[in-house]
Order: sequence, then structure tokens, then C-alpha cells
Amino acid sequence: MKSETEDTPLFHKPLSRRKLLGGAATAAVVLVQTAVGKTVQAAIPEAAVIPDDPTKKQGPLPSELGTRSGYEKPVRKPSDTSSRTPLQDLYGTITPADLHYERHHGGVPTINPEEYELYIHGLVEKPMKFTLKDLKRFPAFSRICFLECSGNFRSNPVGKITPQEIAGLTSQSEWTGVLLSTLFREVGVKPNATWFLAEGSDAAVMTRSIPVKKGLQDGMIAYAQNGEAIRPEQGYPARLFLPGWEGNTSVKWLRRLEFSDAPFMTREETSKYTEPVKDGKIRQFSFDMDARSIITFPAYPVQVEKGWIEIRGIAWSGRGKITKVEVSTDAGKTWQLARLQDPVLDKAHTYFRHLWQWNGSETEIMSRAVDETGYTQPTFSQLVAARGDNKGGYHFNPITTWLIQRDGQVLNKPEK
Amino acid sequence: MENLKILKNSGFNWLLTGLILLGAACTRSLTANKSTATAVVPSTQVTKADSANWPVSFGFGKPATAQEIALLDIDVRPDGKGLPGGSGTVLAGKAVYAVKCAACHGKTGVEGPNNRLVSVAENETAGAETSKEKTIGNYWPYATTLFDYIRRAMPFNAPGSLTNEEVYALTAFLLNANKIIPSEASINAETLPKVVMPAQKLFVPDDRKGGPEVR
Repeated sequence: MKSETEDTPLFHKPLSRRKLLGGAATAAVVLVQTAVGKTVQAAIPEAAVIPDDPTKKQGPLPSELGTRSGYEKPVRKPSDTSSRTPLQDLYGTITPADLHYERHHGGVPTINPEEYELYIHGLVEKPMKFTLKDLKRFPAFSRICFLECSGNFRSNPVGKITPQEIAGLTSQSEWTGVLLSTLFREVGVKPNATWFLAEGSDAAVMTRSIPVKKGLQDGMIAYAQNGEAIRPEQGYPARLFLPGWEGNTSVKWLRRLEFSDAPFMTREETSKYTEPVKDGKIRQFSFDMDARSIITFPAYPVQVEKGWIEIRGIAWSGRGKITKVEVSTDAGKTWQLARLQDPVLDKAHTYFRHLWQWNGSETEIMSRAVDETGYTQPTFSQLVAARGDNKGGYHFNPITTWLIQRDGQVLNKPEK
Repeated sequence: MENLKILKNSGFNWLLTGLILLGAACTRSLTANKSTATAVVPSTQVTKADSANWPVSFGFGKPATAQEIALLDIDVRPDGKGLPGGSGTVLAGKAVYAVKCAACHGKTGVEGPNNRLVSVAENETAGAETSKEKTIGNYWPYATTLFDYIRRAMPFNAPGSLTNEEVYALTAFLLNANKIIPSEASINAETLPKVVMPAQKLFVPDDRKGGPEVR
């Protein structure tokens, strides 16, 4: 199979006809009616969707489900525990749901929405259970928001590493569901309840303790994503969603909320999702995602040409809106303001663009994000200085530098 | 004011709590708007305008019975709340470990291939250098977490299959392997919360607050 690094939709090389028709490769998946009238998915060969002259042949008829063009093949990059969003293949800020990153601890459970129930109990006046139908009857809220795994950082000593590999554990969707404040009101959360346990119904029975305050502020239970029911990998039929907080706290396949006067100190908030910091200390309950940005074009593995290049990327902060993104095209000596593409939303990926004329000499380009708290995305060495040895641990958000070689090859500059 | 009107009609104390909470959410949203030049997502929170015509309760959902909750309520807190009856010894745990855990965590909890569970002498210093060296002995702050996690998620290929006795025994074995309890110790709902973990004193709450400082 061809590696995705050879294929970069932002920087097309013309595809040869031979390449397109070569072999029996599948170009697309379509829906067809079987003899018994059942709609099924079937693969169609490339030759069938790439005719010699499209004006001389009828195309496929309308279908129940759309498909990507056979020419476009953005894919996630799976490991044993996660799969990463192909940031360099995306446009704008919304991540198609099937390209949203995944991270789970016991695989993706299959849950029948008819049998789904969410229990809310502990320090509440009325212990309750809600079916999915119940949840959908409450006032529904939608917001566009990023989600990011707090372990979202990778580096590589040779620099042959894509935005997807460096920071592909972040994605963005429009999330729809019921606000926690609405449900808290319904069950009557007691005044002495300061934390609640959120528990999933996956094989890890994933559990995190969350301050009640965050739930009231902007927490929600999401059952939809980008207009459709939330995907199984994202917590179908319902998940917790805590805007701006480390992804692990947004517990998927949510089955239970238990209110308490103290955190529960589960494994995922003690032995995991905590980070060693200075003086031998270990930082706990580090929920907020710090401001970060990454240039997604030009980035490894593309090769650029001399002349006009629009530098593009995304910036985000778990603490509010991005107020500015600065771009350097001279290895950090000077910085220019990038244009922020509207809409600039709270706790959301923000698209930035900076037009630049490359003169063909070797240089380094980088971006840094500033959020409305005044936080400026640090360099790798600033972070290491602030935190000690915690390189590449949780909440590691350094500036990413791309080295543009004289031949136009773009490499990630290895961090030291 | 709309809230007050509804309050008069209600005879239930729990409703009062709910309304106070709702009020708190509204206040928060308004404060946020004042503190910054641009409005901070009022449309994604319950605003006064949104909730003005809300009933005291929507009445959706059903009361959950104690029995229903008990079936799901498996969590264990550091103070021992949630621990079931039963007990386990180091010796019994050693036998269970060999059969159900050693394949992933190594013969003595050190060899892997998956998470190292046991501290070895040269790695016993706190805040170990790499995640590989984080062990129960040098990184886990609460002993109750061991019981909770083993019961909830282990063994990986058959989660939730261990009896409470087996979980107690494994907890005892792992605490002893990390030199935290003696080999003759028995672990149960009384003794487990009393175990003080070496790493507990290292944990500090998040001090990042946004703003210019890098932490």
C-alpha cells in the first residue's frame, strides 16, 4: 500500500492515467440495490468512476450516502491505542467525523441506543436514569469546539514527520447535546457536591473525576457530531464533552455520573494524565489545554517551489479564543501577524493564513498562538526549562518549526 | 424573577437546589461577558433568556432505584468508600498474578511488555524520567486506586472477570512486590485505605492559570 506521505492533496502532482487505472484498485464505495431490494455497499473499480471523457458518459445516479472522490484519500494514522487526524489534508476547521482522532483504552463498544441509559446519582436530591430519547427531549445546544488528547505531541530525530504525526490527536466538530447544567437542575445536585465521577461503558469502564463547577460552566452530554449521530469511536450514543479540557475527561459511552464531595482518584487521574514537573512533583488534575498552533502547509512531506506560498495552519486554546497567531519565516528572528479566518470561536480550532514570497534560500518557518488570557505558545526549550524533564509528556504544546531546504523539501526541525 | 414565580408553586426542596445551580450558571455567564471585551460564548450556556420559560422540571427520565444503581456503582474512593467485603493475601495474589497478569506485565511485574507495575531499586526515586518507569511503587498516590482499576479493567483480555477476592489478592501482591506492605499482610476494606503510598506526597494540583507565564 502506498504510504500517505507520498500523497499530499494540498500540493498536487498530476496523476498519470496509467497510475489511475493500474491494477484492480478500488476507487470508491457506492450503495447498490440487491435483488431483494436491500441497499448494500459495494466497491466499484477506479476505471468506472474515472471515464476518458466525463461529458460522454452518464455518471452514477443519486445515492443514499455520499462518498469522497476517488482521488482524495485522507486517512487517520492508527496505532494500538489511537488514530490521528490527517491535519495536513484538511481545509478550514471542521474535521469530518470519520477523520476525527480516536483514543480509547478498551476498544470501541457496541451500544444499542434503545438500551442506553445514563444514571445520575450520589449527592443529588433525585437519583435518575435517562434514556437516549430522554436526553434528546431536553433543550439542545450546539457548539463548535476542538477536542485534544493531552498526550498530543510527537517528535522525530530525522524530521520526516507530518503535522498528523506531531499533533494529530486534535480534531474539531460541531457537537450537539444537552448541557450538564440542565441535567444538574433536573436531578437537584446538592450544594455539598463538588465533584462528579463520569464513567464510560467501554471495556476499560473509563472513569474521571470532574469538578461540578466545570459541568455547570459549559459541560455537555453530546449525542451528535457535525449534524449526525455521534460516531461509535466518539462515544455513540452519548459522551461527556468538556470544552477546552484534555480529551480524556470527555468520557465516551457515558453510563453514569456520581456526585461526591471529593475526587475519586481513579487510575486515569493518578497514574495516567498527570505529569512530573519541577522539584520531583507530579501535577494532577491539569485539565485545561494550553494555547497551541501548527502550520499544516507547507509541512513535511511536501516540496515547495520558489515564489508565493500561503502558509496555513490551525491555532487553538482551551482557555478561550485565539487573539493572534504570529508567523516567522526567518527562523524566529522576526514575527508577522497571520490573518485569522473568521469565525474565531471560543475553545475552537482557528484557521490562520499568511502570504509569503519564498526566495529559494534555506529557512525555517514557525507559528505561535496567543490566547485571550495573554498566554503565548512557548518554544520547546522554554517548556523544558519550565517543567524540567517532562519532554513529550502530557500538555506539551511547543512551537513546531518547519525547515525549508533549498530544493524545496520541507522537514520538521527536530527539537532539542 | 421568573424563577421566583415557579418556586412559589413548588413544594419540593430539591427544586430549590436546582434553581440555585441554574442561577449560578447564569451568573457565571454574565461575569464572563463583563470581564472580556468580546462575549464569551453566551449562546452555548443557559442564559436567562434561554431558560426564562423553563418549567421547574422537564420531567424527562425516571427515578433510579438503589438496586439499579448498585449494579453499576463500582467505584472505590481513597477513604475506602465503595470497597466490597472479602479479603486477599499476598500469597493468593501471587498465584492469580502468574496465571492472569504475567503475560502482559512480566513474571515479576517489571519485564513487560506492557506497563511496568513494580519499582526496582534504581528507579525508586520519585518523578521517574520516562513513563516506562512509572510504577505502583513510585507513582501511584492511593492504594484504593489499585483495587478500583484492577476490578474495572483487568485483565485486558477479560475485563471485569475477576472476583472481589481475586482483586483483593492481586492488590496485596502488587503492594508487597513494591515493598509497601509486608508479605504476611492481608488486604480488605478496612486495611486498604490505611496503606500510605510513597508517591502520595508528590502530587500537587494544577497551578497553570493561563496568562503569560509558562508552567
